[in-house]
Amino acid sequence: MNLALAPETLARWQFGITTVYHFLFVPLTISLAAITAGLETAWVRTGKEKYFHATKFWGKLFLINIAMGVVTGIVQEFQFGMNWSDYSRFVGDVFGAPLAMEALLAFFFESTFIGLWIFGWDKLPKKIHCACIWIVAVGTLLSSYFILAANSWMQHPTGYSIDKNTGRAHLTDIWAVLTQNTTLVVVFHTLTAAFLTGAAFIVGIASFHLWRAKRKQINGEELGEKQRHQIGAMRTSLRVGLVVAVIAGLGTAISGDSLGKVMFEQQPMKMAAAEALWDTQAPAPFSVFAVGDVTKGHNSVEIEVPGVLSFLAHSNFSEAVPGINDVAAQEAARYGGKPDDYIPSIFMTFWGFRLMIGFGMTSFVAGLIGLWTTRKKLWLAPAFRTGENEVPRLMLTKTREMSPFLTKWSWRVGVLTMGFPLIANSFGWIFTEMGRQPWAVYGLMKTAKAVSPGVSQGEVLTSMAVFTLLYGVLAVVEVKLLVKYAKAGPDTDEKPPAEDPRLRLPSGGAPGSGTEREDADKPMTFAY
Amino acid sequence: MHLHDFWFLLIAVLWTGYFFLEGFDFGIGVLTKTLARDRTERRVLINTIGPVWDGNEVWLITAAGATFAAFPDWYATLFSGFYLPFLLILVCLIVRGVAFEYRHKRPEERWQRNWEHAIFWCSLLPAFLWGAAFANIVRGVPIGPDKNFTGSLADLLSPYALLGGLFTLVLFTFHGAVFAALKTAGDIRHRARAHAGRYGLGAAALAVAFLGWTQADSGNGRSLAALIVALAGLAGALVMNRLGREGWAFTLSGLTVVAAFALVFLALFPDVMPSSTNPEWSLTVTDAASSPYTLGIMTWVAGFATPLILAYQAWTYWVFRKRIGTQHIPAAH
Repeated sequence: MNLALAPETLARWQFGITTVYHFLFVPLTISLAAITAGLETAWVRTGKEKYFHATKFWGKLFLINIAMGVVTGIVQEFQFGMNWSDYSRFVGDVFGAPLAMEALLAFFFESTFIGLWIFGWDKLPKKIHCACIWIVAVGTLLSSYFILAANSWMQHPTGYSIDKNTGRAHLTDIWAVLTQNTTLVVVFHTLTAAFLTGAAFIVGIASFHLWRAKRKQINGEELGEKQRHQIGAMRTSLRVGLVVAVIAGLGTAISGDSLGKVMFEQQPMKMAAAEALWDTQAPAPFSVFAVGDVTKGHNSVEIEVPGVLSFLAHSNFSEAVPGINDVAAQEAARYGGKPDDYIPSIFMTFWGFRLMIGFGMTSFVAGLIGLWTTRKKLWLAPAFRTGENEVPRLMLTKTREMSPFLTKWSWRVGVLTMGFPLIANSFGWIFTEMGRQPWAVYGLMKTAKAVSPGVSQGEVLTSMAVFTLLYGVLAVVEVKLLVKYAKAGPDTDEKPPAEDPRLRLPSGGAPGSGTEREDADKPMTFAY
Repeated sequence: MHLHDFWFLLIAVLWTGYFFLEGFDFGIGVLTKTLARDRTERRVLINTIGPVWDGNEVWLITAAGATFAAFPDWYATLFSGFYLPFLLILVCLIVRGVAFEYRHKRPEERWQRNWEHAIFWCSLLPAFLWGAAFANIVRGVPIGPDKNFTGSLADLLSPYALLGGLFTLVLFTFHGAVFAALKTAGDIRHRARAHAGRYGLGAAALAVAFLGWTQADSGNGRSLAALIVALAGLAGALVMNRLGREGWAFTLSGLTVVAAFALVFLALFPDVMPSSTNPEWSLTVTDAASSPYTLGIMTWVAGFATPLILAYQAWTYWVFRKRIGTQHIPAAH
């Protein structure tokens, strides 16, 4: 089968679909693992049941989520070989190493200790059980570090030489690959964004519960004992989410700024495209809105803030920033071909960049406002303070509460904000990957040369259709399940496993000897 | 020993470890329909691998990642060449993983039944497909001078490959039944042993046919030793299973899996992907390997990580060593 498409087009679509989908789960996994670990630690240290219930509740949502992240991750590893075999041959020596390290040093941790955590509530002493989720959390961090080091090498190859006989990249300095500034800044940016994502997720669901309880109170309904405990767990969760959102949001902005500066230097085309800056300008303006015309090489409509782009690129308001046309001409002179060949999709990069920043920063601002208005004691008249198991009042000043209308919308925005970082993350990746085009490995290998020559378009179309369909169905299943469990709220009737199991002294004889005592017949605390 | 030979060994160990571990996982998946009589028994079986299946599957991710790092050409030719079978394996592993995690999360009959179908089929198909894939690897497939697979899907479905698939399917089911006998209590444990006896005989017949064919076709002195170990292990596992020595039966069924894949890798060496078109175009350990620098680094990483992984995975099995019976399964919510 042969469609009138470039051979790499379908493979790119498939990679885009599967990767964006996979990355919906990754940041939630990274952040929820750590936040769940923090909550369990709080339980282990204080013994307060609200922490136990919060741990169980967020842990459940975390598990629904990580299942999808794990299984869609296998596709990522396989499809380099399946769809990008020439790429794999060219970069395997360099790119394969961090991937294998990720499996050996991170995935084994994650998958083994997650099993212990899920099933081990009554089989492990509290502290060891808590350590398990911390190990999972560290595993997710390590895994993101290695995979981002691999991706950074595609953005900015370093620590390699090209073999004269085979024309392939050979690793010469693993340390350079693992510690180049692209890697470090990207890891910082991706992880802070991941924590912003998880924090917004928690803020959204906690807001849903608190606003629901508040509405009941407004309608004069009496809250039961269980509901008050749920409010307690959700209020704590909300505060945790808001604090993390503000810190992570600030970190995302700072690291994003550093990453931008690195990219202005390493991939000027990507940043010029992000700004739809066609011609080199000094000082360069920041574009708020633009409609470009690729064929004519300029924008037809544009709103600009003078000098700001120069500042973003170089930390001063006057220095020149190279434009698309100039960089394209330089690359064409260096690598051959027409300048047009070196211009990525301006529409996608320009708008992807703006949507990333816009949605990400909206969550950050929402976190900031939430953190202030739901404060417990600070600069708050005693009459307006609320108890642990009460829905907090949204306080603007010491004695001034938000109006009912504003209160309603603040809680609603709180719920909505959980989707924003997911959108921001997706556009961030679409921007950075599409902005690198036509290169698969910047300056070394073009995407068109990277595809599997032996795989037919019919095969790629089949796999793309299968993945899209399967992922679509699983998305519906996953979201319905998340909604069900999120709405149900924490099970505050659940009691923590009462006593430490005597790990080293099994209750019966050796396994298989058939002499287990009767008390070994109690049901498992958790079973599939 | 040359570094690339060492890495061939290491990759063989990773794949073999994967089949040893996920072999019984797949077997348990198949047994949920053939051995379990009702939902509670199905849950007993699923919970025997509940805490460990995910960790077992990482052996695959590591095997594939290490193949990518150490033998990029092997990885590229294999994964692009076996495109559609690998797609099917991926789909199965995705659905199967989600099925384990989601099955119990809703009480509706239809929901649970659908995921149980998924667990069965998505265990059965990869158990078959991996055997067929490795049969094709050891026997050779059409590969051109540019190292790319030039055949079609039909080339991957030869009688030999289908026999290989059937062999791993039955062997893994046997391995799973022996594991079930070791890990369950009560009635299901005794029936698991009876099932193991039957699957074991089937696996023995298929082992003679497939491993014998492999040995005759591409074997050598060392692979002959592996063949003997595999057959002896299988016979021993059957005897131990009959005697009710479940720990020994599992050790020996595991040994059979290891020896069967050792045979495949010994028969393969020093090729990694033989070309059936022209032997000169075969991919070998020497020319498919990464640079000595990369292999050296990976050796350090593997040397540090592997003992650690083995230790904590073994600890997991120790923590969850207790047998599970129907009385341990909490009521569905």
